[in-house]
Amino acid sequence: MIPRFQRFLFGAMLLAAVVMAIVLIRMRERAHDRLMMAADNQPLSTLMSTAPVEKITLLVANDLDGSLIPVERSFPMPKDPNARARVLMQKLLEEYAAPKSTHPIANASGVDEVFLMPVPQQQGEMAVVNLDSAFVQAQPSGIEPETLTLLSMIATLHANLPQITEVRFLVNGQQKDTLAGHADLTRVYLASDTQTAVRQ
Amino acid sequence: MLLSLCALLAAAAAAQQAPPQSNLPEMGKLPAVPSAPRAQVQPQYVVVLDAAHGDGDVGAQFSDKLLEKDLTLGFSVRLRQALASRGIQVVTTRDTDVQVSRVNRAEVANHAMAAACILLHATATGSGVHLFTSSLGPTAYTKFLPWPTAQSAYVEQSLRLSSEINSALGHAAVPVTLGRTSLQPMDSFACPAVAVEIAPLVGGNTTKATPLTDVSYQNRIIDALTAALTQWKNDWRQQP
Repeated sequence: MIPRFQRFLFGAMLLAAVVMAIVLIRMRERAHDRLMMAADNQPLSTLMSTAPVEKITLLVANDLDGSLIPVERSFPMPKDPNARARVLMQKLLEEYAAPKSTHPIANASGVDEVFLMPVPQQQGEMAVVNLDSAFVQAQPSGIEPETLTLLSMIATLHANLPQITEVRFLVNGQQKDTLAGHADLTRVYLASDTQTAVRQ
Repeated sequence: MLLSLCALLAAAAAAQQAPPQSNLPEMGKLPAVPSAPRAQVQPQYVVVLDAAHGDGDVGAQFSDKLLEKDLTLGFSVRLRQALASRGIQVVTTRDTDVQVSRVNRAEVANHAMAAACILLHATATGSGVHLFTSSLGPTAYTKFLPWPTAQSAYVEQSLRLSSEINSALGHAAVPVTLGRTSLQPMDSFACPAVAVEIAPLVGGNTTKATPLTDVSYQNRIIDALTAALTQWKNDWRQQP
């Protein structure tokens, strides 16, 4: 015979577990909605048409010496940080798709979204860069080319949006082991990871 | 009853205070015995060669017939022979076209307790040889290292090994690019580890690039790696 208080305790714990599960599911849905609202799905041309022209720094990869070279460009830049990050990535990849690029990657439309979110218990933000699979397929395979692609993205984001201290990469919204067979995409990259590669 | 208990306690206290009686003779009276020389345990010098990719994981595709997995395997076999001819013990993660998981590669390297772990890769991008060490920050060596970041305890040794290889390749007139990267399984290797990525040798504007398949170019790299790993035998310590 199970004592009455034990039956009551079991019922209370079961109820608490169900309530916690419902709360967690709701929180997850809200976080997802918040991210989707933060991500500006407007085409880049619309975002840039009304924006003022600003000077930005792109950290462009050079395959021959494995360095990142600062290159200054002037573009209309939107005010919203998420949209700015998206424009920065787009402009960087256009450099790589250009003829005689120092780090050629054929596909210029490689970044679907960039989400910015606060880093818990730290100052600064994490950028989640969602790459599209066509870009990943166009990426030349190798430790050097893949590492340089990632480092140039991280360094460009940090140079123009210094609040970005960490970067994470997804492909079509999913975690992938490597970019094209080599560079690790399962980890969070720090902005400080790029320091050794930037040519002064 | 109470008296006997008190007597027992007093006896125990006296036993604790009194110095222990020793049956051994005093040390000063012993004849001098020459101390035996301490046995020198020489750790084995083992090099691990990890030919990247294999089977369905082809790596970079250079042409219809040339794949990174085949190039790294052929290079690994020839480098193994060159090292063995210098009396260096070599352990390889694969000797045939088979797929070896990243965890298994790290298991082989860590089980060998190697003095150097060389990961062999190839790419069509860049020029010369790219030497990569782990981008993990250095940490103190402990007996139990976390698997995903075991390399962090060996980062400083890995940088020294990379410098040794860089110097040897410089003597062989092969251009070198040094870098740090996050690469599995290298980050799980508990040994000084360097990823050696071979790229075509790009000449000037007028000269033609030397392809990856050029045997004399590969031999120059193999000779340089053999010289560096022979030199490393004098420089490494088993624990960081």
